[in-house]
Formats: sequence, structure tokens, C-alpha cells
Amino acid sequence: MVLSRRLDWRWIGLKTLAHLLALLPAAGMLYRALNDRLGADPVAALTHQTGDWAIRLLLLSLAMTPLRKLLGQAWPIRFRRLIGLYAFFYASLHFCVYLFLDLGSGYWSQIGADILKRPFITVGFSAWLLLLPLAITSNQWMMRKLKKKWLTLHKLVYLIGVLAVLHYYWLVKSDIREPLMYGGILLALFGVRLAYWQRTRTATASGIRHGQKPT
Amino acid sequence: MATADELKASDITPESVYRRRRELIGAGLASPLLALAGCSEAKVPAAPNAAKDSPDGFKTLDEKTRFEDVTSYNNFYEFGTGKADPAQNAHSLITDPWIIQVSGEAEVTGAYHLDKFLKGQTVQDRIYRLRCVEGWSMVIPWQGVPLADLLKRFKPTSKAKYVAFTSKADYRQMPGMAYNSIPWPYREGLRMDEAMHPLTLLATGLYGKPMPNQNGAPIRLVVPWKYGFKSIKSIVRIHFSETQPQTSWNMLQPDEYGFYSNVNPAVDHPRWSQASERRIAGTGSKLFADRIATLPFNGYAAQVASLYKGMDLRKWF
Repeated sequence: MVLSRRLDWRWIGLKTLAHLLALLPAAGMLYRALNDRLGADPVAALTHQTGDWAIRLLLLSLAMTPLRKLLGQAWPIRFRRLIGLYAFFYASLHFCVYLFLDLGSGYWSQIGADILKRPFITVGFSAWLLLLPLAITSNQWMMRKLKKKWLTLHKLVYLIGVLAVLHYYWLVKSDIREPLMYGGILLALFGVRLAYWQRTRTATASGIRHGQKPT
Repeated sequence: MATADELKASDITPESVYRRRRELIGAGLASPLLALAGCSEAKVPAAPNAAKDSPDGFKTLDEKTRFEDVTSYNNFYEFGTGKADPAQNAHSLITDPWIIQVSGEAEVTGAYHLDKFLKGQTVQDRIYRLRCVEGWSMVIPWQGVPLADLLKRFKPTSKAKYVAFTSKADYRQMPGMAYNSIPWPYREGLRMDEAMHPLTLLATGLYGKPMPNQNGAPIRLVVPWKYGFKSIKSIVRIHFSETQPQTSWNMLQPDEYGFYSNVNPAVDHPRWSQASERRIAGTGSKLFADRIATLPFNGYAAQVASLYKGMDLRKWF
């Protein structure tokens, strides 16, 4: 009893730290925004920084499952939701900067055309839209309620990852190094999953062949 | 037509009014009934920029971009593709001695030291808008020499239909060249009549200071009615040619960047709108600054539209 409470406290400490770390970039942006230290084009700077953090946290959340398997420990999974929700937070900030600071109310009539006509905005907006149900259903109650459907629904995150990288790739003028790097990380994360999936399958198959109980 | 000196203060929309123009338009949107009744429309002042230029276009009264912003936010891929990279890395560029090679369809050709190249020319002041193809713009006070005055000295022949420019390309001085973001060297070009237009400037300085390296020292082109990438930096070669020269961004993505690349709000970049821009100007925070409408030929239509008479600007973008 005493032991588990002590562990709980450590857990709360870790979670708090994770929240603080995830909020740090936003705090930095706010500080620079208030002190006019975002450079000559602060709207572009905020757009890029919020977008960068959205994609980084999205990839980090996708790294938690492989990390659990690599380490053989369960703790990474317990951070997955938190990281995923912060990816949604930064993606929403990114969208808000575009809506309120870049376009501004005077140009809102342009949004529809932007979303339909500009492929990079189409896929970026789609990625944000698809994140929305994941964020809404990320609580225990929804998880219980949706049961197996929850897992299926949250597989959308793979598609979101692809859309997010595509969004970045399509908007750069010629320097594709960063979007390619994120694309590479995404591929690697897919690769690890595929490898584990393959191994589980063959292990299961050989287990059956040897007359053992499949795990 | 009134000259710059004759422009009265009362001719110009007071800053307090034009700063609020979006608010006024916004108010119109917020009250559709009023807008329908035509009540709010009358209150909206006209776009401020074109009306505030001297008739020759040499000087705009648009609010200027701070020196710090002009010199810290640059596209100069030879020093890196980030906007802050050139300011950070361009110190390694050696601008003295600087030799310019003049070649092609002209009676006088050869290699010239910069001071000899500029000899006898009077440096002039210009205040131009600069519209980047990425959707932001600045207002920059340049010092320089009209390109026409310089080119005439080389007596281009009747075969000279275009002028091609080449930037310096030296891996030792330009760390950004390690990555082939562009097929080096950077190349640009103008049609002869564009090159000879009085607005076209070979700039050697800005804000009364020698050209900072990150802005294209020691000598660069400024063509204010075209997207910024046409205004090639750190020029080492000028070539008169009979055929249209290759230009870097056009070589990279011909469907996105045309040879002409005149600022045109009606022709979108395939990936984004060119109808409006974020103006980087003034000393206040630009975080909540309103977008402004992009003007045909960047507000220089009165001076240059005739160059393109009869041309389909959608085709020749």
C-alpha cells in the first residue's frame, strides 16, 4: 500500500514533467511573440514553429508502441495519449495561426478556396480534421464505450502521419530535407511495426506447427 | 499629373485611416445588412500603396521595412535555405576585389573590376516595394545605378534581345551551396526592354549603407514589379543574348516560376494564392498586422504595363 502510493507519486511527477516539456515550445513561442522576438515575419515564424511541433509530437506518439516493444516495458504506452493530445494541441494552434493571424478575418472568404484548391492545405486540413475524433475519443470513457472500434478508429493516426508529412513536403519551395527527414522517421516507425507484426505472425505460425499453444 | 513634390499631405490617406481598413471591411462583413445596403462600402478607403508613389515610381511613401528586418530575413540559398541563414553565414563572402564579366551580343565586352564597372555613374536613391513569391513583402530604400545607364556603355547590338545575369558561386565562400537546393550558379534574366526600363536598378547599397552581404553584396539587381527571386544577388556575369536565357527557378519548376514572373494577384502560384501579402514594415509588431491586397505589377502598372501589351499574362506568367 505504502509502496504503491510512493510509485503513484513518482508517476504523477513524471506526468507533470511530460506536460511541462510538451508545453515548453508553446511557452517559448508566447514569450517571443510578446517580446517581438519572432523575427521579421512573426506570422510565418509561428506558423512554422507550431507546425514543426505538431509533426514532431505526432511522430513521437507513434514511437511509443515500438519503444514499448524494444524496451519490453509498458511505461511508454502510458505517455502515448498525452503526447498525442499535445500533437493535436499544436496542430490546432497551427490552424489557428493560419486562420486568425495569417489570413485574418478580412480574408476568411479565401479559406474554402484554399482548402479545395491548394493540395498542401487540403491534406493539412484533412490531417487536423482526422485528429479531431481521435482527440475527442481519447478518454477512458470513450475507450470503454467504443470497445474494439476504438482501436480501429485510432489506426487513423497512421494516415494522419502520412498526410502531415505530405503537407510539409508539398509546401516547401526546394529544400525538401526536413520533410524528407520526417518522412524517413515515419517510414522507420512503420518498418518497426511491420517487423514486429511479421515476427509475431511467424512465431505464432511456428508455435502452432510445433504443437504449442499460440501466444 | 502631379509630381512627387506636388503631392499634398491631404492627397494621402492618413495612416490612422488606412491602418484601420481591414477593421472597416471586417465591420462590413460582420453586418451583412449594412453591406447589402451599400452603407459600409463607402467607408472603406482605397488600397494605400500605388497612390503613394511618385509618378515615376522611383519612391513610394509606403511605410518602410526596418533595416534590421531587411538584413535578417533573406532568401539567399547560397548561404542556406533558412531565412536567417544568410545573415548568419554571409560574412564569409569576399566582395573586394569583385570582377564582373560582360559578354555576348555587345560591341564592348570584357572583365571589369567593380569600381571600373561603376565608374562615372551617379548613385541614385530609390524606395521600392519588394514582393516575394512566397507571399510577403518589404519596402526598401536602395542606392544604385539604373541598369540601362550601365548596359548602354557596352553598346549591345541589335541581336541583344535578352540580358542574362549570373550570381557568384564559390563553395569555399558560400556554405549553403553544399546542398543543391538550386542548380548552381543562380541565374536570372530580363528581356532587353525590361532591363532598359528606368525602374530597373543595379543596387550597391541600402539604407545609405554599402550592400550587406546577405542582401547580395556588392552589386545586385532590383526589379520592383517582379517577384523577388528575379532580383538576382551578388552578380558576377552579365551576358547579352539573342535567345531567352535559362533562369534558376524556372529550370527547377517551370510550371511554378515563369521567365517573366511579374507580380500578378490574378495568377496564383500553383500551390498558393498570390492575391494578398503580408507586409513586413514599420516598427510595431507584425503579429497582428493585416494582410494587404497584392497589386498588379506590384503597384508599378502605370510604369511597366505597356511592356507587356498584347501578351496573355496567364500564359507568360
